[in-house]
Amino acid sequence: MHTLPQQLANGLFLGSMYGLIAIGYTMVYGIVQLINFAHGEIFMTGAFGALTVWNCLPDGMNIWAALPLMLIGGAIVSVLIAVGAERFAYRPLRGAPRLAPLITAIGLSLALQQAIFVWYPGADNAKDFPQLGTHPYHLGSIAIQRNDIFLVAAAVVCMVGLAAFVRTSRTGRAMQATAQDPDTAQLMGIDTNRIIVIAFAIGGLFAAVAGVAFGLKYGQITYNMGFQAGLKAFTAAVLGGIGNIYGAMLGGLVLGIAEACATAYIANIPGMHQLGGQGWANVWAFVLLIVVLLVRPQGLLGERVADRA
Amino acid sequence: MRHRSLLLLTTVLTTGALTLTACGSRSDDGKKSGDDGSSGTGSNITLTIGVDAPLTGQNSATGLGLQYGTQIAVDDANSKKLVPGVTFKVKALDDKALPATGQQNATALVQDSNVIATVGPLNSGVAESMQQVFATANMVEISPANTNPDLTQGKDWASGKKVRPFKTYFRTATTDANQGGFAADYAYNTLKKKNVFVVDDKQAYGAGLAAIFKGKFASLGGKIAGTDHVNTGDTDYSALVTKIKQSHADMLYYGGQYDESELITKQLKAGGVNIPLMGGDGMYSDTYIKTAGKAATGDLATSVGVPVSTLPAAQNFIKAYKAKGYPGDYGTYGGYSYDAATAIINAVKTVMDANGGKLPAMNDARAKLVDAVQKTDFDGIAGHVSFDQYGDTTNKQLTVYQVKNGAWTAVKSGVYSG
Repeated sequence: MHTLPQQLANGLFLGSMYGLIAIGYTMVYGIVQLINFAHGEIFMTGAFGALTVWNCLPDGMNIWAALPLMLIGGAIVSVLIAVGAERFAYRPLRGAPRLAPLITAIGLSLALQQAIFVWYPGADNAKDFPQLGTHPYHLGSIAIQRNDIFLVAAAVVCMVGLAAFVRTSRTGRAMQATAQDPDTAQLMGIDTNRIIVIAFAIGGLFAAVAGVAFGLKYGQITYNMGFQAGLKAFTAAVLGGIGNIYGAMLGGLVLGIAEACATAYIANIPGMHQLGGQGWANVWAFVLLIVVLLVRPQGLLGERVADRA
Repeated sequence: MRHRSLLLLTTVLTTGALTLTACGSRSDDGKKSGDDGSSGTGSNITLTIGVDAPLTGQNSATGLGLQYGTQIAVDDANSKKLVPGVTFKVKALDDKALPATGQQNATALVQDSNVIATVGPLNSGVAESMQQVFATANMVEISPANTNPDLTQGKDWASGKKVRPFKTYFRTATTDANQGGFAADYAYNTLKKKNVFVVDDKQAYGAGLAAIFKGKFASLGGKIAGTDHVNTGDTDYSALVTKIKQSHADMLYYGGQYDESELITKQLKAGGVNIPLMGGDGMYSDTYIKTAGKAATGDLATSVGVPVSTLPAAQNFIKAYKAKGYPGDYGTYGGYSYDAATAIINAVKTVMDANGGKLPAMNDARAKLVDAVQKTDFDGIAGHVSFDQYGDTTNKQLTVYQVKNGAWTAVKSGVYSG
């Protein structure tokens, strides 16, 4: 068990990324009760946007200097696509039965994936992404990558920023009000359409940060990377309690740590040798989800907004 | 409650929808070549050689080598008029390394009345799903890349009960029974590695190769530090890396393709575990080095045959490949693809010569081609080409490559003797 600190760190890094993406699912769900299945692709396009910026910059540019520009580039792409999706795909279906926007989201997800595959030069193969060096720092027995430090720092900054924004700013309070009761919020003079756009934009922004972090961490991005990451992030959002932004982050961390520990330790349990290891990590992550939903159907941190149905 | 049941419904729906789309694409390229006419009586007929390989996404760097290796063989045959009165063309279908897509492609190739035989596929797992389709249609399939022994020798080959399951299936690559043993022998006796961690990707090729390596390495006296499996398409291997670190292994053996192993070696070295990663022909690709960068230095791969660049007969092939600017890596299977296509072209000539210079009706021609390919015997660009009673190549050359100065360098060639 002396590898436990390292495995917890591995899970923490992976979970931070899940959490960043999960914010987008949970914010949109909290306000319009829509599961935006295209969110994984918004994460993917953010990474490709950042890569485009990197390719446009002069060769040999310091990655630290380029990083802010890449983040901005990725964020612009992700936010534009997220807001565009809301305006042109979801808003026309605002009053329609729930299944209609859901199917639209799935269609949009496939369309975005194939668009990158077909039109982004060389995207039919994995694209190399720059990294912040690959030599690890050692903290006691734990080896930590610079790329992982960026990921965790970005997740913390984003989370603290979002919490402050939602709690203290006028717009943030308007968002809470809209989430609690959109009709009454509108009667109180809140422009709910604007609030919904902001929710999509924040989700897109976080997805872009996660996309850049993904590229830095693994050194390559692919046109279909949003599928698995999106599925896991959606799971994290449900695990933490969908609609709750703190729940999304917590759900991501729990999921990441569960996967790391399942890979490392399940096989050591007598009789479980065949069911352990990396190949089974996803299975255990979903077993955890099922168990949590059985015991606490509203997710770890509950659903702050009561069912309005 | 409404929300929750909706959530459940959407989850099920999405998973279903995405699974379906993954295997729902069907290539329609065939329509173009449908009306070219191959009645067999005209003075000049056109015959199509099918190619099936991953041409986009996972494994496509080596997959494209299959397509264009075949293309060059066909171009050479046409310009040299190897078969008088016949012009060959290539119809390449993308299987995305998915068995289900491979089977659809096989069906499409069989139904195209211009296709005489097929080169491919790349992945052993895909081959398993295609063999029966080709066997039913009596169509020759020659893979330049499949190495899983089951494909030619049946499931019980290890216990000595070799049974050939399909007489239409041939391959120009040797099997993992040789490759895994060759690798184990090199790791134990030459590299002096005594404690190896073995990982595979749960696919027919990767799991098969890893199991053979593990068995041979243990029988030589080596210790297996641990085993694990990964999923194709995984990106995060940090938990696995920590496990390998803890096991104090002195080498990692990986059964699978370059798409996963390039990420594993990167994360392994980044995690401070400086042991070489060794794999099979699935990761012997320039893309592996390009993506893994410095982390790949010292890593090893075995591959089928001897290095194409050292073969005098293959120089024109390499020149043509580069001159045309074809994408993909020709180094791994390009030469064997060329030879596989040439074997088909030679067999077409044999069938026509026996029929008075004319091609029999397509169904008959396909059936006769099976016997003609079985009797193949010529010197190809990657070595001598002939097939044994199982459809396996008689050329059992293997080579160990190591990454040195950013390139695969051949360190040992030979034949595994058991």
